[in-house]
Amino acid sequence: MSDQQASVPSPLDDGVRAREDLRSAAMRPVLERQRWWWPAVVVLGAVVVLGVVAWAVQLADGLGVAGYNDQAFWAVYEADLVAFIGVSYGGAVVSAVLRLTKATWRAPLTRIAEATALVTLPVGMLFIVPHLGSPQRIWELAWPPYWNLSSPILWDFFAVSTYLLATAVFFYLPLIADLPVAAERLAGRPGLRARCCRLLYRALGGAHEVSVPRRRLIEGSIGLVAIMVIPMAVSVHSVLSFAFASSSRPGYLETIFPVYFVVAALYSGIALVVLTVAAARRLFHLEAFIHPRHFVRLGFLLVAFGAAYLYLTFTEYLIDGYSGTSGLAAWVRQDLTGRYWVPFWFYFVAAGVVPLVIMMVRRARTMGGVVTAAGLVVGALWVKRLVIVIPPATEPLVRSPLAASGVLTGDWGTYHFTWVPISITLAATAAVPLLLLVLFRFVPILPIAEMEELESYEEELAEAVEITARTPQPSPRGAASRPLIPPASACAPATLTTATTPPGRLGSPPGDVGGLAPGRGVAFGWPR
Amino acid sequence: MTRRPFEQDRPVPGPERPEAPSGGEPRAARKPAPPEAPVRMGRRRFLGGALAGGAGVVALGAMGERLAGGAQPAVAVQSSPSVPAAHQWAMVVDLRYCNGCKMCTTACETAHYLHADQTWIDVFTMTNAAGENYFMPRPCMMCEDPPCVPVCPVSANFRTAEGITLVDQSRCIGTRICMNACPYQARYFNWGNPRPAPRQPFPQEPSWPVPQVKGTVGKCVFCAAMLPSGKVPECVAKCPMGVLYLGDLESDVAVNGLGATVKLSDFLAENDAVKFKESYGTHPRCYYIPGHGQDLETDTETA
Repeated sequence: MSDQQASVPSPLDDGVRAREDLRSAAMRPVLERQRWWWPAVVVLGAVVVLGVVAWAVQLADGLGVAGYNDQAFWAVYEADLVAFIGVSYGGAVVSAVLRLTKATWRAPLTRIAEATALVTLPVGMLFIVPHLGSPQRIWELAWPPYWNLSSPILWDFFAVSTYLLATAVFFYLPLIADLPVAAERLAGRPGLRARCCRLLYRALGGAHEVSVPRRRLIEGSIGLVAIMVIPMAVSVHSVLSFAFASSSRPGYLETIFPVYFVVAALYSGIALVVLTVAAARRLFHLEAFIHPRHFVRLGFLLVAFGAAYLYLTFTEYLIDGYSGTSGLAAWVRQDLTGRYWVPFWFYFVAAGVVPLVIMMVRRARTMGGVVTAAGLVVGALWVKRLVIVIPPATEPLVRSPLAASGVLTGDWGTYHFTWVPISITLAATAAVPLLLLVLFRFVPILPIAEMEELESYEEELAEAVEITARTPQPSPRGAASRPLIPPASACAPATLTTATTPPGRLGSPPGDVGGLAPGRGVAFGWPR
Repeated sequence: MTRRPFEQDRPVPGPERPEAPSGGEPRAARKPAPPEAPVRMGRRRFLGGALAGGAGVVALGAMGERLAGGAQPAVAVQSSPSVPAAHQWAMVVDLRYCNGCKMCTTACETAHYLHADQTWIDVFTMTNAAGENYFMPRPCMMCEDPPCVPVCPVSANFRTAEGITLVDQSRCIGTRICMNACPYQARYFNWGNPRPAPRQPFPQEPSWPVPQVKGTVGKCVFCAAMLPSGKVPECVAKCPMGVLYLGDLESDVAVNGLGATVKLSDFLAENDAVKFKESYGTHPRCYYIPGHGQDLETDTETA
């Protein structure tokens, strides 16, 4: 440890340059348009337009063109709704959970993760539009005299809109402190977009330097919203699962569904964060701040939820398969060995086994490995949502499964995949990177203020460590803690003060700061 | 002709509802107090949050009450309604005489201008334990505890005082969650443009949903608009075997299309009538009279 530290340039010499690096890296997507930006936007936009055309066709001809029928009343759109709202959970986890657990390594990832949530959630919510048979009456959901409070779908609507608001607030609050820096960087730049940016920053209340008490207020608010966003996120997918579970269908009527849905959402959410962070790191050259070790840590988080999801799947199929009910047993059989064995086992291997193996094998546990695993998880969990949604919906309730084999003539049961839902799904998939590309033309891609705070904290920490090293130490614990706490608590916001509790108290040597060795890269990466 | 004899027991919105969706948000805004917000907003914010939170609790309570109500066994017909209705409609299907001609299905589709796959009354070919085939017509069961009604987010489903579950197609937004909830698969969506219908004697309404509306759910309505004028439903009228009976639990009478009139309670008791999927707690008002060796719960359907 100490050898490695020696090779790292002193943070005190390096501090100013590091700060400059951070600010320009965070503002690079806003200030410079990459060569590939317009082509990317045009291509993605074309895919979105294709989806809109498909939806217009569906609007004119009815939901039948999407392959639906009375024996397959829910299919791709419902799976998309679950999947897209699910991937928005990554923002909540990486930001809220890691913030609350004082995992300082999360700092460079938070803005990207929260932006992903902010973008995927409205896209997921929009799937309710093609899902509805009469989307022109969607306003009825917001019309209190029509509300039926016993309906899971109404509570879906409440839960998702509340969560969207919380996500927006959670994105906005940490942004406030960055706006002065961003405004300063943009000052005097000509062009419409720069003017729009400045107007936006002013509208968001970030025209002036954030004062210390105000900063502390913001930090407190972030902490509070971080706590609130977690039960909200849990409620969203729980209520979403009630819409399926409030039926008598084998495969839908499952007590495990709320947990199952929430864990799947967290799992796919972290996977999408891995993908977006990897893409942002590559495209916007953030290698100095986002380290491969970040991916490995996210990878561990990923497989933790992956293992939980695998376990829940195992439980569900085991118990349902064991039950003597003919409908349940038939449903389990057709998933495992029957009509849906290919998608089911694809999910099992791609989102169940492979990520676990990647994270278990040391040589595979690299950035590339984690990104591969995350890509597999996002894809395979979408397929799993199809397996969850379509087979039980197409299962006849009066007709027996035996007779059904003659009746179910579609691709999946009675459901026919057509170009319409596939185009709309592709459009939504393209809309996510498109919106992110546009968003990061307006807001800094890294949380500048938060990272600078953490960095100055690390500098103090390094200083303290130096002092500790110089002092003849009868008790390293006392020596490390005394110079540290006052400055940290005086300047650092509330959420960070606990993080400043020196690990010396926990009994580790003063140089090892909870696994975060001091140095310039501390908050952003690992100097190994 | 009295056209709309039903007391429609739509769920009535409570006063607390407008605040319900935002249950947690004002609370959220209260503590952190966004930096732009002046401090003097504090009390109002707090009150708003408290009100909204309280409303959320009340709303939850209302939902719980409703759920609890749904779980209770349906009360006896005669004693149940606070608004006494003149009739309590039911249907009897005498499986012993059904020959599977599907005239009921055709008659229904003709009368309501439905597509061929919108089999509001469907006829299944069943196989009993001995391997023999028989036929099972399935209209809407007109459950006393219909699972389709409480799941609709916009209250488009409702049950009339005369025990008929209807869909308001001018309100249905097409979430299809009622199709998910119905254990009998008695609900049919309009996936495309409905069959055009000539001008009807009265406008489209829940008791006479003709023509159907694209993007909404339709279902068997027991030809509710015909009943007040003394007509039996189309399927009952057109059944050549006299399988289907329209019954009235209030006057305890049932009639079939051949003109046979029976005392409903005696007819059901003497012939060991059963209800389909009674274990789901839906309390259907459609009674089946099984023939020898026929068991609806265990017999399977042949393709």
